[in-house]
Amino acid sequence: MSSRNAILDSLRRSAAPATGRPAPLSGTRYADPVKQFEETLIAVGGRLVRGGDPADLDIYANAAKVASLVPGVPSRSVDLHAIQDPHELDGVDVAIIPGEFGVAENGAVWVPGEVLAPHRAIFVIAQHLILVVPADQIVDNLHQAYERIRWQPNSFGIFISGPSKTADIEQSLVMGAHGARSCTVILR
Amino acid sequence: MTGHAEKAAAFAADESRTHWHDESLWFVRVKRDRQAASIPEWEALREAASAIKTHTLSRLADYLEEFERNATANGIHVHWARDAAEHNAIVHQILASHNATRLVKSKSMLTEECHLNPYLEARGVEVTDTDLGERIVQLRKEPPSHIVLPAIHLKKEDIGELFHIELGTEKGASDPKYLTEAARGHLRSKFMEAQAGLTGVNFAVAETGGVVVCTNEGNADMGTSLPPLHIACMGMEKLIPRAEDLAVFLRLLARSGTGQPVTTYTSHFNGPLPGGEMHVVIVDYGRSRILGQQTFRSSLGCIRCGACMNTCPVYRRSGGYSYGYIVPGPIGSILAPQRDPRMHASLPFASSLCGSCTDVCPVKIDLHQQLLAFRKELVDSKVVPLQKRLAMAVMGFVLSRPLLYRMSGSLLRALVPGLPRGLVYGTWNRWGIQRELPTMPKESFRDLLRKESS
Repeated sequence: MSSRNAILDSLRRSAAPATGRPAPLSGTRYADPVKQFEETLIAVGGRLVRGGDPADLDIYANAAKVASLVPGVPSRSVDLHAIQDPHELDGVDVAIIPGEFGVAENGAVWVPGEVLAPHRAIFVIAQHLILVVPADQIVDNLHQAYERIRWQPNSFGIFISGPSKTADIEQSLVMGAHGARSCTVILR
Repeated sequence: MTGHAEKAAAFAADESRTHWHDESLWFVRVKRDRQAASIPEWEALREAASAIKTHTLSRLADYLEEFERNATANGIHVHWARDAAEHNAIVHQILASHNATRLVKSKSMLTEECHLNPYLEARGVEVTDTDLGERIVQLRKEPPSHIVLPAIHLKKEDIGELFHIELGTEKGASDPKYLTEAARGHLRSKFMEAQAGLTGVNFAVAETGGVVVCTNEGNADMGTSLPPLHIACMGMEKLIPRAEDLAVFLRLLARSGTGQPVTTYTSHFNGPLPGGEMHVVIVDYGRSRILGQQTFRSSLGCIRCGACMNTCPVYRRSGGYSYGYIVPGPIGSILAPQRDPRMHASLPFASSLCGSCTDVCPVKIDLHQQLLAFRKELVDSKVVPLQKRLAMAVMGFVLSRPLLYRMSGSLLRALVPGLPRGLVYGTWNRWGIQRELPTMPKESFRDLLRKESS
């Protein structure tokens, strides 16, 4: 018998009596979800900018190489579609990426994989990250978040909450472990 | 063979370090409490998480088949492994068929459980653990001492010294920011050279046929978006039925584990990179046997957050290595003797049964009840040392006979105070190694009560 069938058989032999699924939860709501989003984002090491253009940020002005996936915001010294191999993205200073919505309770932004094309690596390999999110697209909690995500077959999607970080050395929090050293969210 | 108590004694011999270890973990526990208190429906979330796990485990075979169907439709190759050997062979075969000899790994306790690294290394694969804490212990040729905080037992000076030798950082430098920066550079070059990325799985979703991986560092994302080959290894209990269930578990996981509202990156892999390949290896390795045991079944609901370790007064003061198993702490003390009762017989006793683990567990596993139940099993199956079994038998005999109990009380009150210390605290009295007996009262409570009421 294949391992697959052996495992499934032994699971069916030892399974407990069937129990039902719990009722769905609705989760905390906030009087001002945007304010909650901002507070949480700051707490996780991120930064919120209300309105404006990514090009107005210092981090954009000072960058040598910028990869933008946001329509209307120009890249600088990087042509994502001309690059064949994602390894060539090492050295990009700033990535500017559209987020679909934000989550107030945990400061996370949902980025569906298709906006990252042609190279998924861009969100994690860049030194700094700017996420551009529609200002009226902040949900209260993850229950609402998962209600609105539409799953495509063979896809990728990610919640990003603040910059890459680690506390593996004596519980000292350090930003910029492998991914972005900073994470700025522009609500507009 | 040394048990938990002996290894804990060795750890605790360095008193100031033990105190520091204790405080480091308590700091994480306090952060967890703050996060839990910020969610009014926290207890309802724990109930829901527990109910979803119970439900899933009651139909695990069906959900695994659903997962396999949907994952295959996503273009993912699904493999099944009955044990560690089969798991390791599958991973190696996938790598070999791509001529991949440089592998970057993000955190996976399952591959530690299966001892994958030495297996692959013996076959010419260079394996780099990329989580900073895991890389540190890998360079030290040690296992992780905690499932979420692998290097929690080390001081920054230890790591500074290690990095000086291994990565060429300045001698004596121990600033965490400086050391993290050095590791970032070192590991980035590993990511750039890697031919394959291996990740663990925090959650696999039957409905979508995809897996979810949570990291703060972004190492899982680096490792799966540069090389075209992604292998994800999962214990089969990681499965949940629907994507909406992720909301329940993700709201609990990081808050319970590290006191964060969520991890920085929560990545949903529902297929390979364009032009790439993705494999999921589903592993049993003793899990179906645990599923068959009513008392211990719910331990399969564990989401590996580490909260039970952070809160455990024994873990905090004895360190992860004292458990001698890849998963330490209260949950490890249930899982380890399932793997090998004889080798890990001391673990269910490495608990004060205070119940703090049960209180913080996000999926409401009755950890301390299971530890107690395991003690009974070990005593019944005579795995526990004779001395302990004899003591238990004598206690049981005396305590179940009221007259005998009263007589022995009077006898001991009369005798013990007169006995030489060397006898009372002889080697037979393990309880007395670090404890003093209370002063023997002249009269028993029963005598006092009788006097008062007459």
